[in-house]
Amino acid sequence: MIVAESKPIKELLEMVKDFKKILVVGCKGCVTVCNVGGAKEVAILASTIRISGKKEGLDVVVGEHTLERQCDPEYINELKDVIGDYDAVISIACGVGPQFLSERYPDTRVFPGVNTKFMGGAVEHGVWSERCAGCGTCVVHNFGGLCPIARCSKSLLNGPCGGSSNGKCEISKDVDCVWDLIVTKMMEQDRLDELIEFQAPKNWTTARDGGPRKMIREELVK
Amino acid sequence: MSEHKAGSNLEKVLSAGHFAFTGECGPPQGANVPHLIEKANHLKGCVDAVNVTDNQTAVVRMSSWAASLILMEQGLEPNFQMVCRDRNRLAIQSDILGVYSMGIRNMLCLSGDHQSFGNHPESKNVFDIDSMQLIHTVKTMRDDGKFMNGSDVDVAPKLFIGAASNPFAEPFDFRVYRLAKKISAGADFIQTQCIYNMGKFREFMKRAVDMGLHEKCYILAGVTPMKSVGMALYMSKQVPGMDVPQSLIKRLRGAGTGNATEEGIKFALEQIEEFKEMEGIAGVHLMAIEWEHKVPEISERAGMLPRPIV
Repeated sequence: MIVAESKPIKELLEMVKDFKKILVVGCKGCVTVCNVGGAKEVAILASTIRISGKKEGLDVVVGEHTLERQCDPEYINELKDVIGDYDAVISIACGVGPQFLSERYPDTRVFPGVNTKFMGGAVEHGVWSERCAGCGTCVVHNFGGLCPIARCSKSLLNGPCGGSSNGKCEISKDVDCVWDLIVTKMMEQDRLDELIEFQAPKNWTTARDGGPRKMIREELVK
Repeated sequence: MSEHKAGSNLEKVLSAGHFAFTGECGPPQGANVPHLIEKANHLKGCVDAVNVTDNQTAVVRMSSWAASLILMEQGLEPNFQMVCRDRNRLAIQSDILGVYSMGIRNMLCLSGDHQSFGNHPESKNVFDIDSMQLIHTVKTMRDDGKFMNGSDVDVAPKLFIGAASNPFAEPFDFRVYRLAKKISAGADFIQTQCIYNMGKFREFMKRAVDMGLHEKCYILAGVTPMKSVGMALYMSKQVPGMDVPQSLIKRLRGAGTGNATEEGIKFALEQIEEFKEMEGIAGVHLMAIEWEHKVPEISERAGMLPRPIV
């Protein structure tokens, strides 16, 4: 899933301080799963803005709405009859949400309520970890099922570097050295010969380096 | 000359069978050329080549190629270092051509410390290719006259290719294989990380010799004299991949106030003596960090002077 975290409330309040009618829009996709952008978080953020408005002596109206997904125009369309009642929208979906909203409703000011972090998963309750860098050409099978592009701080394809220590990365004791994990696993699987093979430079054209990406599935295009 | 890959002084010293001795000089955090020249001149006549670091520890300094040229003007042979952190493959290949064109003949290929260590942690890193691929790139440009995309290089850069090896990083069992990988990729010589744990290094070298790696590549053992107990503690705790045994810290402490520096030098000299006899070791790389003025004394006491003229 796409993992996000809430923006600091102070930053959010500062963003929308000049607006009196604000709609908070959540998403039932990834951000609901990682507990930052679902219906529950919409309600919490909306009441926080209301309370703050009251404290300032302002008459702020805050609406709440949670869409099935904010990365699909079909659901974004659901807001067409209500959005006109507000002069600002806070989207607490990933970075796709505020952009889809802005594109569909060009007259509305849209603000991002979360910071989109990475593609990853929950490794334990309340802890998420990055797993994919979206490079466009998956090679995890060559590395014991672990991705060195997303998980090595230097994206080394021929690691580990000299900074690997006690299974941790040189940048932080809180970051696992994925190359330590790769080597351990490959050696356990008796695949040392593959590990010693030279990994050629990666072709980054399928990653973001090839420019903004678009995917067309002809059979699905009407 | 023709039997040499690059014809650098370092290559000639090693190929003639001499025990090589290389030094290191960090460029200034500014355009302070006189200071760089002063530091470099301490190394003159003491070493066969001087490593010129490339924004080491991710701190911005005068560019490695520019400082290398300044050293050349002073009559020192540079070992130009390049990291993959700050350049993509276009910049890497153009810098390789540039340094060769200006007379540089040694190049050390490194991944580079992560930028979070340095003074611009907000920066975006590159890591388009890694150190292994950088070694391979230099070799392919030199020996096949080809760029990474397969097109022809118009006059190939003849560089003596260096790489680093850290026998003390983990996983230990894989380290010798990674060294082998670097040699296969094209490394002509290896400079190791600073060695303090001699027992572990002996084991590493035994494995390297068993695999015959010392016959395919010159391995230079890394030595950094400890200046103080504080430095030893810092290196042991703060520097990733550094293995400083408690016995060494105890020895420095035991030397008493004011004597730790001399004890640190003594330990380094003992190491150098052992490396001279150690199977598979072709020389020593002395990293006297911000201690260049001590290099003449250390070289003298280590019996490394005079350096061979080849």
